[in-house]
Amino acid sequence: MIFSNILIYFVVIPLVMLGLLFLCRNMNQIRTVAVVGSTALVALSVYLVIDFLHLREAGADAVMLYTDSWMWFEPLNIHLAIGVDGISVAMLLLSAIIVFAGTFASWKIDPLPKDFFLWLILLSTGVFGFFISIDLFTMFMFYEVALIPMYLLIGLWGTGRKEYSAMKLTLMLMGGSAFLLLGILGIYYHSAPEGGKLTMNLLEISANNAIDHNWQYFLFPITFVGFGVLGAMFPFHTWSPDGHASAPTAVSMLHAGVLMKLGGYGCFRVAIYLMPHAANELAWIFLILTGISVVYGAFSACVQNDLKYINAYSSVSHCGLVLFAILMLNTTAMTGAVMQMLSHGLMTALFFALIGMIYGRTHTRDIRLMGGLMKIMPFLAVCYVIAGMASLGLPGLSGFVAEMTIFVGSFQHEDMFHRVFTIAACCSIVITAVYILRVVGKLLLGPVYDEHHLTLTDAKWWERLSTVTLILCVAGIGCFPNWINDMIHNSFLPIIEVLTK
Amino acid sequence: MDYSQFLVMYQEIGLLVLILLVFLFDTFSSKEAPRGLSMFTVVLFGLLTLAGFVTPCCKEVASAFGGMYVTSPTMVAIKNVLNIGVFIVLIQAKGWAHSEFMRVRRGEFYELLLITLFGMYLMISARHFLLFIIGLETASLPLAALVAFDKNRYESHEAAVKYMLTAVFSSAIFMMGLSFVYALAGTLYFSDIAASVIDGGAMLIVAVAFVIAGMGFKLSLVPFHLWTADVYQGAPTSITSYLSVISKGAAAFAFFVIMVQVFGPFYNQIWEWMLYALIILTITVGNLFALRQKNLKRFLAFSSISQAGYIMLGVIAGSAQGLGSLIYYILVYIFSNLAAFGVIQSIESKTGRVDMDSYNNLYSTNPKLAFTMMLAMFSLAGIPPFAGFFSKFFIFSTAVASGSVALYILVLIALINTIISLYYYLLVVKAMFINNQEDCVIAPFKSSVSDRLGMWICVAGIILAGIVSCIYNGIVNTSVHNPEYIFTIFAN
Repeated sequence: MIFSNILIYFVVIPLVMLGLLFLCRNMNQIRTVAVVGSTALVALSVYLVIDFLHLREAGADAVMLYTDSWMWFEPLNIHLAIGVDGISVAMLLLSAIIVFAGTFASWKIDPLPKDFFLWLILLSTGVFGFFISIDLFTMFMFYEVALIPMYLLIGLWGTGRKEYSAMKLTLMLMGGSAFLLLGILGIYYHSAPEGGKLTMNLLEISANNAIDHNWQYFLFPITFVGFGVLGAMFPFHTWSPDGHASAPTAVSMLHAGVLMKLGGYGCFRVAIYLMPHAANELAWIFLILTGISVVYGAFSACVQNDLKYINAYSSVSHCGLVLFAILMLNTTAMTGAVMQMLSHGLMTALFFALIGMIYGRTHTRDIRLMGGLMKIMPFLAVCYVIAGMASLGLPGLSGFVAEMTIFVGSFQHEDMFHRVFTIAACCSIVITAVYILRVVGKLLLGPVYDEHHLTLTDAKWWERLSTVTLILCVAGIGCFPNWINDMIHNSFLPIIEVLTK
Repeated sequence: MDYSQFLVMYQEIGLLVLILLVFLFDTFSSKEAPRGLSMFTVVLFGLLTLAGFVTPCCKEVASAFGGMYVTSPTMVAIKNVLNIGVFIVLIQAKGWAHSEFMRVRRGEFYELLLITLFGMYLMISARHFLLFIIGLETASLPLAALVAFDKNRYESHEAAVKYMLTAVFSSAIFMMGLSFVYALAGTLYFSDIAASVIDGGAMLIVAVAFVIAGMGFKLSLVPFHLWTADVYQGAPTSITSYLSVISKGAAAFAFFVIMVQVFGPFYNQIWEWMLYALIILTITVGNLFALRQKNLKRFLAFSSISQAGYIMLGVIAGSAQGLGSLIYYILVYIFSNLAAFGVIQSIESKTGRVDMDSYNNLYSTNPKLAFTMMLAMFSLAGIPPFAGFFSKFFIFSTAVASGSVALYILVLIALINTIISLYYYLLVVKAMFINNQEDCVIAPFKSSVSDRLGMWICVAGIILAGIVSCIYNGIVNTSVHNPEYIFTIFAN
């Protein structure tokens, strides 16, 4: 029976929420549905983490747990196949937390609150569905479900050049998924040895190991680029700053916090796991591109004056680091990559939430027009500093754990090429410090720039709830990284195994 | 004479009886305005559609008239798909058919429309070129009359003349091709032609090219598409929607059967590259022209040109699964396109506007119409979880099945084109949802019951036809389990 599997509820709950939202008549009902639903998702994901760890301790050592598969489209052998390993569990938890925080960050959304939450929940349905799928078709379907609501979310509730940004973002991401679709078709038609039954199931494809090397050379790059576009890989990152700058707060949070992780997750789950030979041979090309992302993103952030642009470029840099670490193809670096996904997800969501709150009060995001906010809104300002510290890798916060693991892992490669790139990427930490401290200094400290700002108030309770949740998670990972580190580390072993075969 | 073979043609005969009943009803009811004619036609046609699904006969391939006429579960499936489409068109046309101007001509409209459907049935089931030609002409000529139905509008006349000339011209070219085929093979039976032509040389190439060109006019493939936009714009909207889905769907199926069954053995040798070129041109040119259209009917004309290119991808595989995906694509395309036309028609009948600018901010005045239009656009663009995504995925996956690199490149071009098409479909969504204009052109209004019913059916189809997998599985199974009549000739 389909509902006996706990994972399916990650899709069922958002769908029920969608149905209820349709019936809502006023703001209170909308908020109730959103809060109850997102709390249920957080509870479910926490329960899943605990249960997952218990199962692993009890000796369940399959690659994926909670696996189930139902035939969907028989002629193409497409299943609705679900299952999770430690990485997906961590990503589900991250998504649930950010949806929860995003709900509170958009407490006063205007206009059309009902439509806003409908699209937001549809987006999160796609995200959750993506992380629980192990069938390429379902995965791809949920991936696209997560992309398209962005168009209306940015176009309707965004600010600035929203129409341009929304169109650019949608077309670029859909362009990426066009390559991805071709990659998936290629993988499907080579998924089984001659005469075998073709399949879309990740685990079966990997076990068959039937994609011959020439095809891998063709399929790996297009699949990697397909996901890489969403992961803001260098030449394809331009949608990210515009999109994030125009998007409303909760959408920026979800997009930078979760959606960009779909790219990184897909890169190792599909591109690297299924085509290990080509991954070993071609990783260097993408390593160069992602290396450029890391450094270039950080430098670009230094010269921006718009708070959202600063953060968006910083996201390019940090997400570049995720892909960079994945391409190092060893356990330590890849574990670091997922830690970085979690860390960056929480931290960026926090940043965007705070920026949204500040913008809601001052009606400007230009740091040249603000100053001394620490005196006016101390709570928000302190939170901003904490987020900044997490971003530049202060020990005790999540950024440090993630970046440390990545660079230790990357440095394990002994050849010149990898070392040089590792050192170059390390430099980005220093640049990060530059732009973070620049913002903190100009925006929060110093004299009050604009007299009108003196009348502004500090955070409301829903805003506090949203930010405190995120800060607790950031600090939680920073102080107690062990359990999550182990969970992720163990889940990478099967991937590393196919890479070294 | 064995009369049981007429039973095989039960769908055609049922339709013919229906046409006669409508004719009698129209003739013997009051002269001024035949009351209840629309209801009568729609209900009877609905019953006929249902009958297609429940009739127990034709579980296997059956033929009549010495093999001129063949039917099989797959053909029943495509006829059912067309029936669903025509049923929706009839419902949507009710408002137009009841306008003052249509009062005395309502009967003609239904009769002519259903006769063309009868012609399409014959095109689908014909296995002899003479019967095929009869079907083709029966399907085209009454349509020209229908296109000219708005006799007070200049554009309608212009469109009818254009349609008439191209229809006749393309039939002529088609028959020219057939005469070459007959010269080579000495027969016009589909299966005999494939067996008796060994190597035709240049003459065969010309024959294939002429046949493709003739069918290309029907399908409005580029470069035979020039009539499409003007005719779509000029014709009454009900007829445009009928032309764009039903006529195209029947022609696509017939094209598949002719190309695979008659010319299948020469695929690699002669028409593989012709088909590739046609597909690339059709998709790309259709898309590029759609980008700049401001009139929504013209816009959908170009979008339907590029959709025809995607449908042609199903021909490449030449397999039972390719045919199944093609039929499924047509079904989904019917739902999506008719939803769009339903909205256009509803708004046109209230305000007379069909330009995209007048749709600005439609969401604030008529949210349900805007929502339907958005679903239609998303489905046409292939966005999940709507049906268009599934149909595109399946047609792409059957296209690359044989695995040559050229096919991957072809599909990549098609995929890049879906991005271009996404841009212009989103422009419509943008106009309705995002564009802000203080003075909305379209005031809030309530569409008529029949319009709403038609749109509800389409919306249900858009949402369910993809997710409910038994539809696709069922369609493919009809052809997979009865492969006798599709010659899987493609050697590669």
